[in-house]
Amino acid sequence: MTKYLLSKITQSLVLLFGVVFLVFFMVRITGDPAALMMPRESSPEQIEAFREKMGFNDPILVQFSRFLKGAVRGDFGASLHFKTPAMPLVLERLPATVQLASTGLLMAVIIGIPIGLVGGFTPGSLIDSIGRFIALMGQSVPNFWLGLMMIIYLGVGLGWFPTFGRDEWKSVVMPAFVLGLPVMGQLVRLTRSSVLEIRGEDFIRTAHSKGLKPNTIYTKHVFRNIAIPLISVIGVQFGYMLGGSIYIEAIFSWPGMGGLLEQSIGWRDFPLIQAIAVFTSLVVLALNLLTDLAYSIVDPRIRYGR
Amino acid sequence: MADNEAFAPKTADSLLDTEKTFKDKLAYFGRFLWRDKGGIIGLVVFLIVVLAAIFAPVITSQSPFDQNLRASKMPPAWQEGGDWEHPFGTDSLGKDIFSRVIYGARVSLMVGLFGVLIAGALGLIIGAIAGYVGGRLDAAIMGGVNLILSLPYLLFVVFIAAVLGRSLLNVILIFGITDAPIFARVTRGEVLRIRRSGYIESAISAGARWPRIIFDHIIPNLIGPLITLATFEMSAMIFYEAGLGFLGLSVPPNEFPTWGNMLAAGRKYMTSYPWMASFPGLAIMFTSLGMNLLGDWLRDVLDPRLRRSRK
Repeated sequence: MTKYLLSKITQSLVLLFGVVFLVFFMVRITGDPAALMMPRESSPEQIEAFREKMGFNDPILVQFSRFLKGAVRGDFGASLHFKTPAMPLVLERLPATVQLASTGLLMAVIIGIPIGLVGGFTPGSLIDSIGRFIALMGQSVPNFWLGLMMIIYLGVGLGWFPTFGRDEWKSVVMPAFVLGLPVMGQLVRLTRSSVLEIRGEDFIRTAHSKGLKPNTIYTKHVFRNIAIPLISVIGVQFGYMLGGSIYIEAIFSWPGMGGLLEQSIGWRDFPLIQAIAVFTSLVVLALNLLTDLAYSIVDPRIRYGR
Repeated sequence: MADNEAFAPKTADSLLDTEKTFKDKLAYFGRFLWRDKGGIIGLVVFLIVVLAAIFAPVITSQSPFDQNLRASKMPPAWQEGGDWEHPFGTDSLGKDIFSRVIYGARVSLMVGLFGVLIAGALGLIIGAIAGYVGGRLDAAIMGGVNLILSLPYLLFVVFIAAVLGRSLLNVILIFGITDAPIFARVTRGEVLRIRRSGYIESAISAGARWPRIIFDHIIPNLIGPLITLATFEMSAMIFYEAGLGFLGLSVPPNEFPTWGNMLAAGRKYMTSYPWMASFPGLAIMFTSLGMNLLGDWLRDVLDPRLRRSRK
């Protein structure tokens, strides 16, 4: 177990180093990071002064080691827009994003898994059709558009929910639903197909033939087995939700990291974008690590198999 | 080489197959299409979008660029104040929304098609090498692939798009390159699976050399899973292109009408003139729905191993 844990942690650290490397070189692929970050109307002298101030004239390796040293301490330099260190600005926005993603995930789990279970046990039933419809919608509806439509019809039209900001508990309902819908669809699909698959297994038939009650079979035999793929999907999807709420936060003016990213693109505030990218990746990688761990606790084959 | 011919199994996708087997195949596809109604809907929707993109000037006589401030912010034809001149209404500058939606299909399909072609070609090469060579090279390649796939995808696409600036070519290249790892992973998995199968062994023992094995046996067997993946990825690219447009990071608005740019422009007027954002969004949803149904159906037809799990 320790060995498995260590190898997973090492992998994550290598990945994180890769992220820092990517983020460092990405702002340099056009050749001139200073021109990229300065407003378009700046004079060549201003750009040169900026280049000197940011240390872009130093050899690239010196720059990278400086960037890496800073990154390890969480220091990505000052935001160009706010003129204060970038990282605290990102951390300040973290709770809102976590609240949004976890509410969305909760909605997806509470609605998606039961519908998928019922659909798997009674294929072709009404609830199954509803489930398949949710799955299809989750895959196909563009979330930024769904957000706009909900604002127009539920927010402005019916006045059920506030259309922007994060002031009361009702504010989180619409953005979280939009963020959660694709995950909900995926959970319905996955639960349904896992149940269908496991229902046909020999050990379920044995359980039936030895006279166990159907409810016991569902909870003890079926649900335990589908829990394994579900855990991994939920963990990975939570990571994607944390890193993928850009449109939704922008549309609903939700004060999270995604909204900050959208704004900093407008400001060409690349130090802030770098900080957001590295921090979000760190969170996503940590979540993936936790998922792997949960997975190995639930399924002993993984712990001992490798 | 002539003796090998007898041993080599007939490959399903070889163009040299006789007409009769082609008809058989068509009948096979037709049977599955008929059985899966979702597949028919998907195919029809996809064809509608493709035809709309190709025949845009025939479908609509309005130019997608002509501004007419006098006819600006007109509602759709069936609402009060609407006019069948502009079935979906007009935007804030009086441009005809219907023709912009129709022409918008061109950019979406171009991004999807070329993006998938680039990603598929890169992924096929990388994945086939990793799967066939194996060993350390495989470990290194798959390490890189997993690195990219474990990142928050949207965030990095937005980041790259912000650095490179707005252009159609950039958007296609971004999707073509960032999406290649998915194709590489699927290709590698399939290559590994195919290599272990009995018919490769028999081909080798019959004296087939590696180019023949790769081109005659491995690649035809890869086509099924890759076409299915390509359909889903194309749908995803159309979606992400619209998302980039929505953030103002895709094709510049004066070059082509695109659904994402229309959404971004319509967002400002969303509460007073909702149709400006509704129709491009419906177009994205329509396309993506069709392609997902088509992909589901293709997966069932082309990959018999997955059929069981869908009942």
